[in-house]
Amino acid sequence: MIGWVIAAGQPVLVMAVAPLLIGWMRLVRARLEGRAGAGIGQPWRDLRKLVRKEPISPAGSGWLFVAAPPVLLATSLLIAAIVPLAATTSRLAGSADLIVVVGLLLLGTAALALAALDTGTAFGGMGASREMAIAALVEPTLLLSTFALSARAGSTSLSAIVTAGAGHAERLVSPASLLAAAALAIAVLAETGRMPVDNPATHLELTMVHEAMVLEYAGRDLALVELASAMRLTLLLGLLANLFLPWGVATTATWGAAAIGVVVLLGKLALLAGVLAAGEVLLAKLRLFRVPELLAGSFVLALLAVTASYVLA
Amino acid sequence: MNLVVTGLGAAVSVSGVAAVAAVVLPPRWRPGVVGAGMTLAGCAGAVAGGWALAGRTGHAVLPALLPLGTARIDVDALSGWFLLLVGAVAALVGVYTAGYVGRSGTGASSRTALAALPLFVAAMLVVPAAGSVSTLLAAWELMALCSLLLVVAEHAHAGRRGAAVRAAGVWYAAMTQAGFVVILLGLVWLAAACGGESFAALRDAAATVPGTVRSGVFVLTAAGFAAKAGMVPLHPWLPRAHAEAPGHVSALMSAAMVSLGAYGIVRVGFDLLGGGPSWWWVLLASGGAVSALYGILQAAVAVDLKKLLAFSTAENTGLILLAIGAGGLFADVGQPALAALAVAAGLLHALNHAAFKTLLFFAAGSVVHATGSRDLDTLGGLSRRMPLTTAAFGVAALCAAALPPGNGFVSEWLLAQSLIHALPPASTLNAIAAPVAVGVVALTAGIGVVTYVKALGTGFLARPRGARAAGAREAGPVMVIAMALAAAGCVLLAVAPGLTTPGLARTVTIAMGAPARGLAGGTAGLALPGVAAVYAPMLIVAGLVVLGVGVAVVVRLVGRPRRRAIAWGCGNGPQSERTEYTATSFAEPLERIFDDVLRPEHDVDVTHYAESAYIVERVRFRRRVPDRVEAHLYGPVRAAADRAGRAARVLAAGSVHHYLAYGLVALLIVLVAGVIR
Repeated sequence: MIGWVIAAGQPVLVMAVAPLLIGWMRLVRARLEGRAGAGIGQPWRDLRKLVRKEPISPAGSGWLFVAAPPVLLATSLLIAAIVPLAATTSRLAGSADLIVVVGLLLLGTAALALAALDTGTAFGGMGASREMAIAALVEPTLLLSTFALSARAGSTSLSAIVTAGAGHAERLVSPASLLAAAALAIAVLAETGRMPVDNPATHLELTMVHEAMVLEYAGRDLALVELASAMRLTLLLGLLANLFLPWGVATTATWGAAAIGVVVLLGKLALLAGVLAAGEVLLAKLRLFRVPELLAGSFVLALLAVTASYVLA
Repeated sequence: MNLVVTGLGAAVSVSGVAAVAAVVLPPRWRPGVVGAGMTLAGCAGAVAGGWALAGRTGHAVLPALLPLGTARIDVDALSGWFLLLVGAVAALVGVYTAGYVGRSGTGASSRTALAALPLFVAAMLVVPAAGSVSTLLAAWELMALCSLLLVVAEHAHAGRRGAAVRAAGVWYAAMTQAGFVVILLGLVWLAAACGGESFAALRDAAATVPGTVRSGVFVLTAAGFAAKAGMVPLHPWLPRAHAEAPGHVSALMSAAMVSLGAYGIVRVGFDLLGGGPSWWWVLLASGGAVSALYGILQAAVAVDLKKLLAFSTAENTGLILLAIGAGGLFADVGQPALAALAVAAGLLHALNHAAFKTLLFFAAGSVVHATGSRDLDTLGGLSRRMPLTTAAFGVAALCAAALPPGNGFVSEWLLAQSLIHALPPASTLNAIAAPVAVGVVALTAGIGVVTYVKALGTGFLARPRGARAAGAREAGPVMVIAMALAAAGCVLLAVAPGLTTPGLARTVTIAMGAPARGLAGGTAGLALPGVAAVYAPMLIVAGLVVLGVGVAVVVRLVGRPRRRAIAWGCGNGPQSERTEYTATSFAEPLERIFDDVLRPEHDVDVTHYAESAYIVERVRFRRRVPDRVEAHLYGPVRAAADRAGRAARVLAAGSVHHYLAYGLVALLIVLVAGVIR
């Protein structure tokens, strides 16, 4: 019973929290830059406004352009039902492992890239091309760094990895774990289109990646894409937090543990997002063709992490 | 006589009848009759294979069929797996052929090309069923000859197209015959050392054969079979032959024939030789890994749709060989259950690859049929003009990109599981090889997604980039039915992979002598109970469909109706098709990242006006990504062969006296050699 509640509750929680998290990051940024900021509810107000506006399809585009935003949001919701965020005891956690989760993330990225190509504009193609080139390097890194962690748990199930981490804190500071943490952090930044890989606030042709892809979206299509992107950020930050700081996650199927898990998750997310926002104030965006070097570096770190987990096992 | 042998016999007989019919019937009837014959033969072969997978065996001895020895048919579950694969592909291609080749009586619908098709199918069905060295070699050679005829079916095309077909034919003929020779040497060597040529005799005696002979046999046969599988660096024939052959032939070769290379390695390496030292398998797995990475990189930057699919075949066979190599390595270091799991992943990937590659080549063939072009840079806009073909390509691309819930994901998931669970490592070699293999699989999967997003996004979506794509019409009903059937096969394998597990378990037990560790099937998905790994595709599909449709419906209910408008052109009005991103530009970032591996060639040619050097009249830009392996490895060999040929002209002076003298000298050498011995 509680397993099903968690499987259904986590997506709802992530959906509710994700725009607030974006608002929180913008607020932190604004305060550090000496501005007042719009308050953490602003992304939700934007979404409400967008949902009411009419969606516009560019001439010449097909059904894929319309289908991509719901597909993207569906993958985010499905991932939220599977991964251990507030609790490891989701009813669906046993049906899909980390490889499936990474595959679903990539499925969402690919759907959006296809939609961007379907617009038939140079912007769409440019964004799709850049996003896929980055994804081609990021996804293997995500996969490899979580593999390194799966070695200690003896399973690729994310719940098993987090549970094993919570039970054996000393393993969290192993070389494999630290290398994987570094690689995963870079991969998360790239996957969610944050600095220094992409600037979510830019609309400059030379630099934009994600924004170029979704340039043609308007109205409720754009609302879905924005919501799904925020959810992906929340999911990946939550996963990063739970893989390396697994304390507080409910590993037993009780209501009390789940409630504590939700509170701790919100705390971890606020902390990580705050650090990320503060980092973005200090960092400049990398030149587009320096990004692969960063990603190749993180891929090598992840490979080292896997090797370390085998050699030092 | 049981159903296995009967089915196989029926398949071969029907193929023979269809081949004769292709020769005697008028052009109007040929495609339909040959297609029906292939479908019947394929179904019969698949039934025989399915029966063998259910645990039956079939034996037949035909004493007078081959001039050099007795033809033996010996079908077990391992044969059955590949009989099912080849039979199913052949049945689908039969349907497609009837709609694809046309009734002109030339090119792909000529007598020779159509008569060779059923013979090719029959040969491919006999290869996995063969029970002796001579039978295998005879069927292998028949398969090579028929496929060569089919590759050059359109050699009479005028201009560059015809020249490219002929060049592909020469490459394929040279590589496939060289491959045949090394397989022949390897198997004959083994037969001589064992004192018998039936597989049963080889199996019994192989353990007593000295190690050097075993290693020699393995290296020779593996090289020959890997060349057929298109493993880098033995691959140059593959992108040429698959690109230049007609669509139905590409599908048969890429989906079915290439898999038989993997069959050969499993049969000889595991079943006949009974496994071997680690270095055999490390060699094979490294070849597979290089093949997977190089193949997918070349596919990612290819602009020719069929060449892209061909390089993707090199990638997929690379993954299959990587899995088989990992299996051999695990078996050698004493992890038989894990080894069985790795080989099971490889065999399942062979089946999955056959399913989606058949569909991909069907869709590509239908695009070529409709537009006459394979160049992704001039295609586009087909999703409105050819919606069914686009949907078929979309399903296949999802599977080929190894994204969930496609079927390619299932076998790559299984392969990754077998590599991850090599813990604790049984040897230092394992501790190094397994993580590197995991990295290769991950990177291949990542670049694979780019490749298929490019193929689908620039080839089929957006607006047409050329006049031919703008005038495209949907494929005929017969081709659409073939594509729908192949798509149904892909979907079945994707959502119910558990259906394959009983047969897969028997197959692996034949090859490895041990069942795969805890591989449990069922209608819901795949599970590895020992390591708490589960993949439930039904749930993923159901979740995605319910959530996606739910989201779309909810936002539609609260929102306003959709409107169409021109795309944003920076205030410059509607943009022409020329501003769209092309396949070349899409792959440019990746090409730049892997610059050191691919070494693309860029050529900028600026012409100025005669009046002033500052005003540009014309800029010509050319870009090519040459196959470096081919240029550096085969270039010198070709040059040396050429030089040797020219030098040898001195011997052929045209004088009869010289030739008689050569004969005499040769005879003397033979006699002297005989005396000395």
